[in-house]
Amino acid sequence: MGFEVLLKGNNALRLLGGLGVAMYISMISVVISITLGIILGMLMTLKNPVINAVSRVYLEIVRIMPQMVLLFIVYFGATKILGLNLSAEVSAVIVFSFWGTAEMSDLVRGALTGIPAIQYESSMALGMNRLQTYIHVIIPQIVRRLIPLSINLITRMIKTTSLVMMIGIVEVLKVGQQIIEANRKSSPNAAFGIFATIFILYFLACYPISCLSKYLEKKWEN
Amino acid sequence: MDFEVIVSYLPLYIKAFMLTIKIGWIGIALSLGIGVFCAFVLHFRIPVLSAIVKVYVELFRNTPLLVQLFFVYFGLPKIGISISAEACGAIGLGLLGGSYMTESFRSGLDAVPVSQTESALALGMRKGQLFSNVILPQAVTLSVPAVVANLIFLLKETSVFSAISLMDLMFTAKDLIGLYYNTTECLFMLVIFYVVMLLPVSILGTVIEKKTRFKMFGD
Repeated sequence: MGFEVLLKGNNALRLLGGLGVAMYISMISVVISITLGIILGMLMTLKNPVINAVSRVYLEIVRIMPQMVLLFIVYFGATKILGLNLSAEVSAVIVFSFWGTAEMSDLVRGALTGIPAIQYESSMALGMNRLQTYIHVIIPQIVRRLIPLSINLITRMIKTTSLVMMIGIVEVLKVGQQIIEANRKSSPNAAFGIFATIFILYFLACYPISCLSKYLEKKWEN
Repeated sequence: MDFEVIVSYLPLYIKAFMLTIKIGWIGIALSLGIGVFCAFVLHFRIPVLSAIVKVYVELFRNTPLLVQLFFVYFGLPKIGISISAEACGAIGLGLLGGSYMTESFRSGLDAVPVSQTESALALGMRKGQLFSNVILPQAVTLSVPAVVANLIFLLKETSVFSAISLMDLMFTAKDLIGLYYNTTECLFMLVIFYVVMLLPVSILGTVIEKKTRFKMFGD
């Protein structure tokens, strides 16, 4: 079946290392996306026409452009058009943060505008001032809505970073291909074993995070 | 930007565009079918089947399409199952989309309040009537936004097909860049074609979302 290749030399470790590269890129992108997304999301609720127009165009670009196209534009286009020589890793982080920030800002905007006006009015009726309203009423609700969604963004980021092999980063799929090539003679069926393993590895990486997100969402409902 | 280059590449891009659309929509049709079927299985808690559906949904929602395609296209032939690149793309997209559509339809079905079922039963409706006249219309409207988001997501995912050497837009652009180094023109055309493919879906989706939105009782 081709699973025996994994036990040869340090092949299993190399695969895990490849997954590590993908994880590393996704984690950096997630941190940047969440930070910038929160700021942009808050700006979007200000109802400033300029910010609204710009963010609308930005969100629409991210909504309709495949990440792979963005990756090619930044990696190949930037070099050709702007003369910038970006490494594949830096281009990947730029693209995934560009995408993630849009997703996150939309979530933040949704969470902020989703708080009913009654909440503000009731707090005022109880004699709270603006600061107290935010600290005790609004922010706890927003955080509870946002945390499951941000965790969900992490799994989507991990899944999306599998694309980086297309611009030549040696991550888990590329390592898999290398192992298959190297063992072409000794185990011709390696492709099945290796790709099945990578499939399971991705599942093992994402499934617990999805479960956590679902659990928190259920727990914090209302 | 050289317009002669753009004109000379146009036929290649149009061919790739047609292929992308063809496989994209076959995959989407497949995913809608799988999604509706699996959502019913989950909603009615059909024994055995619903356990299988649950595993399928989790497995495909938590792995990237690229990995799924590599497994089906390069892995499966080693155990005797050979599939052409085009079929592989459509099936891969169908399976991935199916798992997302299942979730959307199921949450639509589950979101119809219990009071609706109870009221319908109190009015003397039979099970069949209750389902086709009360539950289904509401469930469909409730799942529209998620389904539209899935459609756009799936059409975008078609760009991954280039990895299994399917001659789609992405592959054509990559190929031409590698052959002639007209990077700017190739990327420009790539963007234009994706806009042509996805902007109408995005706009139409927003319109449909607005049209189907209705006030729930007590809203």
